[in-house]
Amino acid sequence: MKFGVVVFPGSNCDQDCFYVIKDVLKKPVRYIWHQDIDLDGLDCVILPGGFSYGDYLRTGAIARFSPLMKSIAGFTRKGGSVIGICNGFQILLEAGLLPGVMLRNRGLHFICRYVYIKTENNDTRFTGFYNAGQILKIPIAHNEGNYYIDASGLKELRDNNQIVFRYCSDSGEVSERFNPNGALDNIAGIINKKGNILGMMPHPERSSEKGLGSEDGYFIFKSVVNFLEKKRA
Amino acid sequence: MIKPDVYHSLGLSDKEYQDILKILRRQPSNTELAMFSVEWSEHCGYPRSRRWLKLLPKTGKYKTLIGEDSGGIIIDGLAIIFKMESHNHPSQVEPKQGAATGVGGIIRDIFTAGARPIALLDSLRFGPLSQAYNKYLFTGVVDGIQFYGNCVGVPTVGGEIYFDQSYAGNCLVNAMCIGVARKDKLVRARAFGKGNPIMYVGSSTGRDGIGGCSILASHEFKAGEEKRPTVQIGDPFTEKCLIEATLEAINTGYVVGIKDMGAAGLTCCTSEMASAGNSGMDIELQAVPRREENMEPWELMMSESQERMLICVKKGKEEQIKKIFLKWGLNASVIGKVTDSGLVTIRDNGKIVAQIKAHALTKAPVYDMPYKKPGYLRKLNKLALNKIPKPKDYNKVLLKLLAAPSITNKAWVYEQYDHMVQTNTMLLPGSDAAVLRLKGTKKGVAATADCNSRYCFLNPYRGAQIAVAEAARNLVCSGAHPAAVTDCLNFGNPEKPESFWQFKNCLEGIADACKSFNIAVVSGNVSFYNESPQGAINPTPTIGMIGILNDVNNACSQNFKQEGDAIILLGYCKEELGASDYLKEIHNLTKGNAPQLDLKLEQAVHKTALEAIERGLVNSAHDCSEGGLAVALAECCVSNKEKMIGANINRLNYDLRADALLFGESQSRIILSCSNDSVEKIRKIAKKFKTPFSVIGKTCGRVLRILKAEEELIYLSLEDLYEEYNGSLKKKIEG
Repeated sequence: MKFGVVVFPGSNCDQDCFYVIKDVLKKPVRYIWHQDIDLDGLDCVILPGGFSYGDYLRTGAIARFSPLMKSIAGFTRKGGSVIGICNGFQILLEAGLLPGVMLRNRGLHFICRYVYIKTENNDTRFTGFYNAGQILKIPIAHNEGNYYIDASGLKELRDNNQIVFRYCSDSGEVSERFNPNGALDNIAGIINKKGNILGMMPHPERSSEKGLGSEDGYFIFKSVVNFLEKKRA
Repeated sequence: MIKPDVYHSLGLSDKEYQDILKILRRQPSNTELAMFSVEWSEHCGYPRSRRWLKLLPKTGKYKTLIGEDSGGIIIDGLAIIFKMESHNHPSQVEPKQGAATGVGGIIRDIFTAGARPIALLDSLRFGPLSQAYNKYLFTGVVDGIQFYGNCVGVPTVGGEIYFDQSYAGNCLVNAMCIGVARKDKLVRARAFGKGNPIMYVGSSTGRDGIGGCSILASHEFKAGEEKRPTVQIGDPFTEKCLIEATLEAINTGYVVGIKDMGAAGLTCCTSEMASAGNSGMDIELQAVPRREENMEPWELMMSESQERMLICVKKGKEEQIKKIFLKWGLNASVIGKVTDSGLVTIRDNGKIVAQIKAHALTKAPVYDMPYKKPGYLRKLNKLALNKIPKPKDYNKVLLKLLAAPSITNKAWVYEQYDHMVQTNTMLLPGSDAAVLRLKGTKKGVAATADCNSRYCFLNPYRGAQIAVAEAARNLVCSGAHPAAVTDCLNFGNPEKPESFWQFKNCLEGIADACKSFNIAVVSGNVSFYNESPQGAINPTPTIGMIGILNDVNNACSQNFKQEGDAIILLGYCKEELGASDYLKEIHNLTKGNAPQLDLKLEQAVHKTALEAIERGLVNSAHDCSEGGLAVALAECCVSNKEKMIGANINRLNYDLRADALLFGESQSRIILSCSNDSVEKIRKIAKKFKTPFSVIGKTCGRVLRILKAEEELIYLSLEDLYEEYNGSLKKKIEG
């Protein structure tokens, strides 16, 4: 089993994701330069956080045109697993691999701090290690995390159980008060219908070791490993 | 014949112009005149400060490394490189871009040494927030730092923010960057080896920032001046690519030397790299990538366009280096070569437009500036305590201090900065110092920036010593051994003897304090002319200090951890209210003298706290500084909003005025909390180092209560403390 971490010019969480896979999870991993289109031998591709191409036009709007994104679309059609974190999530939205769009944070400021999210769907390959409704302590760091989708899109997300994480209080209360960025329905992370592409604004790679303040994010990667190992067996 | 108003407008004096004629033995060309003006400006050549900077110790208990543009220490084969630099004048003119390019510049100083930047800190000072322009500057500067730092992927982990009337016409933006490299991967800012190619990499050159350092940074602000065109524009995306490409290039081993084109751009890079390498350089300007048409040679030499660097490459390896930069979408072109002539030769289409000895350009004249103690100090230093009315309600005073912008919690600011990227931040902002792990080792680095400029105004020598002592104390509270210093020296017009006296005294204070702690000053920056029609700023020698944690798991934070812990005070309280925030905020007085400082006592307190922390006996540690004991205790109670814990302080045995006991700013004090069975062990450690030790109360409940003998001075709920401490800044900014 092998992980790949995408490097766009301007990615800045690529090395953090690489570190977690290699040194915490202790699994094989390689970098994928944005101009490479070869994903052979990879089982899970991570689109990391950062400011791809400076995010100068609109977050993720330039990155979606990189040749690599075509390969990633093909990779997912064949069932490959993809995790988009923060800027990675924004790119997946721009590329149409996940539904919805990202608006600027309600408060018009960049926000970097720990938040709590509730596991709304633990029946996915990315969340198998969590209990239903489990509350995770995990940091966010973004300017554009205000998720939006139209009413029919939201209904579809709900009907298909595609909402994976929602912002909440430390005791699990999901309400506007605990919504850091104005995201519709407190949505922090979603999955595609097929269940092999996860996009989330919070950073699991920043909360994968106790010493950093939380290891709740670690189990996202661990869940994927578990899924891939089972699949192989 | 060049007329005096031409060289005057470039910031050169008559005497300097005569020196230039002597060096060249002919009239300078326009380009040459421009080159001298920037290299001999205070910003680049330090003509007014150099004599005094020599006082600073260059060695200390940790092995030091001092490069051309930064410095650092070596531990276990790792080099920790760091530096702080000012970007005051540009920020006063255009706060967002001024601050952003300040951050960009200091990051470049670190990665051009071969070190990966791992953290940023900022020391910021503005006039009072009650004035609209100061609010604009403050929010603009914060926006610039988040805009640049977040994109470039270097966490902003700490710093300080003060508000004082003296900064109303001239804000201060001091940015510090820390980087890490394997010792054998470091490079210097030198060009040598005859025939080695000189490459220009990074952004193209435009007309932005022309004369930034000579015109902007080396004069005070006068009323009604328009200086916006001299501010540079930052591009953090290009910088991020430049970091990765540069580190990749250095890793090939083909880079002989490299330097950031910061202040004074190409002029500074060509002359200083040649001078440091004892060589010469022959440059063809036609090969310089540019983004504007018809640029004159002098404009190309003076431009301060951002995100550019000059590299001296091993002959024959140009293509390999070029490939790396092209991969990251950056310019890379050979613009000249190293010579052994000792001359910097600048050509435009083959024609020589400037030819100057590198050493002559980089050896700015040294001036012995006259200095004089300001007359106003005698009166200001006198403080008759009996004339200060005692407050009726100490609770109100404490709440007001907790809400004062210089003291209150800065979460509104640091939550706009990505302080976690790179996943090394073990202690997040909001405690005494930031702590970062060094991946692959057990060790950690702690960092802080400190200066109480009111102390420095009232007593420059002692104020500067206190800045060093407090920085060290902050590091100790986080579990680190103070290791080395970078200083960012912000002062008024050095041509005024009173201002220069402040500079000289502060410098002596820093030097003496650092020698006493046995730590070196490895890098720094001088910023003069911080004056506006409203007057000079308070003397502000900002101290950036790093410390080493032998085991990063020992990192200690300031907030109380559990109910029933004993609260210990190391050091003791004196009847000192001079220069305090209490006098300023409550009585509107900037008066008295800075608190006393006994460096022996300070070190005894540090040794005690460090040993206790390293032996795992301590649950929290916090320095007492602005606002005194009461503010420090309140911070211990509420600085972790997820787990606030009250305290009952009922064993303060001091015969002092109540306001001095609560809000006096006596130095060398640390508040510890520990479980009851550790108390005797810590008492023994304190005895060993002859440190004053007292148990002053315990953690408990939902209230902070402070008694003096039987009298209850403070009784406040955690919610009330939290409201003032955490909510005030946001309220003042957003309303």
